[in-house]
Amino acid sequence: MTFSLRLRAAIVSVVLFAAFIGVWHLATRSAGPATNMSPEYAKLMGLTATQGKSAMPGPLDVGAKLWEHLRRPFYDNGPNDKGLGIQLAYSIGRVGLGYLIAVLVAIPLGFLVGMSPLISKALDPFIQVLKPISPLAWMPLALYTIKDSSISAIFVIFICSVWPMLLNTAFGVAGVRKEWINVARTLEVGTVRRAFTVILPAAAPTILTGMRISIGIAWLVIVAAEMLVGGTGIGYFVWNEWNNLSITNVIIAILLIGIVGMLLDQILARFTRMVTFPE
Amino acid sequence: MTDKFISIEGIARRYPGAGGGTTTVFEDLWLSMARGEFGCVIGHSGCGKTTVLNILAGLDEPSEGAVIVDGQAIEGTSLDRAVIFQSHALLPWRTVLGNVAYAVSSKWRKWDGARVKAHAQKFIDLVGLTGSEHKRPSELSGGMKQRVGIARALSITPKIMLMDEPFSALDALTRGTLQDEVRRICLETGQTAFMITHDVDEAIYLADKIFLMTNGPGAVLAEIVENPLPKDRGRIDLHRHPYYYALRNHIIDFLVSRSKSFAATATGHDPRNVPTVRPGLPELAIASEAKPSTQTSWPGLSRPSTSS
Ligand SMILES: Nc1ncnc2c1ncn2[C@@H]1O[C@H](COP(=O)(O)OP(=O)(O)OP(=O)(O)O)[C@@H](O)[C@H]1O
Ligand SMILES: [Mg+2]
Repeated sequence: MTFSLRLRAAIVSVVLFAAFIGVWHLATRSAGPATNMSPEYAKLMGLTATQGKSAMPGPLDVGAKLWEHLRRPFYDNGPNDKGLGIQLAYSIGRVGLGYLIAVLVAIPLGFLVGMSPLISKALDPFIQVLKPISPLAWMPLALYTIKDSSISAIFVIFICSVWPMLLNTAFGVAGVRKEWINVARTLEVGTVRRAFTVILPAAAPTILTGMRISIGIAWLVIVAAEMLVGGTGIGYFVWNEWNNLSITNVIIAILLIGIVGMLLDQILARFTRMVTFPE
Repeated sequence: MTDKFISIEGIARRYPGAGGGTTTVFEDLWLSMARGEFGCVIGHSGCGKTTVLNILAGLDEPSEGAVIVDGQAIEGTSLDRAVIFQSHALLPWRTVLGNVAYAVSSKWRKWDGARVKAHAQKFIDLVGLTGSEHKRPSELSGGMKQRVGIARALSITPKIMLMDEPFSALDALTRGTLQDEVRRICLETGQTAFMITHDVDEAIYLADKIFLMTNGPGAVLAEIVENPLPKDRGRIDLHRHPYYYALRNHIIDFLVSRSKSFAATATGHDPRNVPTVRPGLPELAIASEAKPSTQTSWPGLSRPSTSS
């Protein structure tokens, strides 16, 4: 009996997951009460020392806590106690806004760079210098000039997602097959119509690949940015729970960051497939 | 040569060569065609055929000289000159109908969608692609793609069709069918056509005039061969015609030996008055350019092939 590759891969995935949970569970379970300890000292040290319990939560703790979070994702008990749904919504909102502005800037500019060798050469030194700067390095400058932590975070998202989109758009536009351009030329299609009916569809897969890279970077950066600016967002949540020494919540946040990142990537991957046509 | 619908006047094309110099693909090229004529260019790879066609289309500019079409020097591309590209050049994100409709709506900008669609459909039917309108190019065979390219070129009812080896990538059967279609359409619509080919039989079947180019670099138009076969020739029994082998041998001889040695051996070759040859009678078939005056005056097949 042979299974399809998909099914076999799924089985291996489940086995790996179960093994991971098992090892995690074994590594963090309590090792029985410690002996020879004065009651005062034991009280001071908490369960970690008295029960031999690891400070690291086990899978069951995390599961129980996660269930608790999922049942009440949107509660709001003041600045330091908000539901995970609210925190994620803040982060996704910031990423969405910064990313949208980056799209609006990078794609028209990328078109210009891709279509005009002059602008391409003129802008090249700036792009080369600005591109490798870590987006977080802009943070102090953003905070100083904008004077608003939330907008600064959005600015940082903008600056980190603009480069891959700009470069990919320029690359895609400059690399449109000459024969497709020639078709438009022999049909006397005007520049604007040519840009929308030939160059945009031809470059779309490359542009969307850039957008996919950008959304990944933006989601990486938002966590770090929110740790710095504080207030709200999943990044702030992670930092706050670390200060509360709630490793369980940190693990849950890590898990959710991964899942949201994957979903964002999948959405862009789907769009890329929609505009890609084999020849 | 009173009616010069297309007149290529002394064009040259040079590219910057290695070490600061220039390489000349061809220079001082003169060529003319009458309205409704079908011209084929034959020559070895790299001699500059595509370059000539691109200049005619307005996609490329000559380094010297000019191209006059219908009494006017051409400037850039025009909807009057449709191009069938060697690599079909269909837009992969558009369907068959979408590709043809793109051309139609480019020519008649004010037409509404229904009218554009109806017009495009007419030409899709013409090339026998009815039923495949909503397929994308990737779902078509090579021959079908080429037919979409032909439908697209025809749909804008051009004055001139420019074809760059349109059938070279096809199998013999599909090629034959498409040759028939192109010939029928050109005869029916009185189309002027300029085609590049490597296939001697294709040229014999389709062309009224065959332009022979020597090898590059520095290629020249060596001679113009007039097709002595009757207008109502059929593709299947082409080879049964008494003049067929003379014509074919003449072209093959040129390709095999004379295209290489032409520059060295031809003396007094005047690029403005390229000799016209009309192979037919056995004894005049090859040495014909020696007396071009008698060649051009032959009234074709009305003269019995046995007399001399
Ligand atoms: N951009 C370019 N720069 C330099 N040389 C070029 C360029 N484009 C074409 N050439 C040269 O021009 C010559 C003619 O090219 P062209 O494409 O017209 O040949 P062709 O006769 O169509 O050949 P084929 O039968 O292989 O299609 C070639 O020798 C080629 O090397
Ligand atoms: Mg060519």
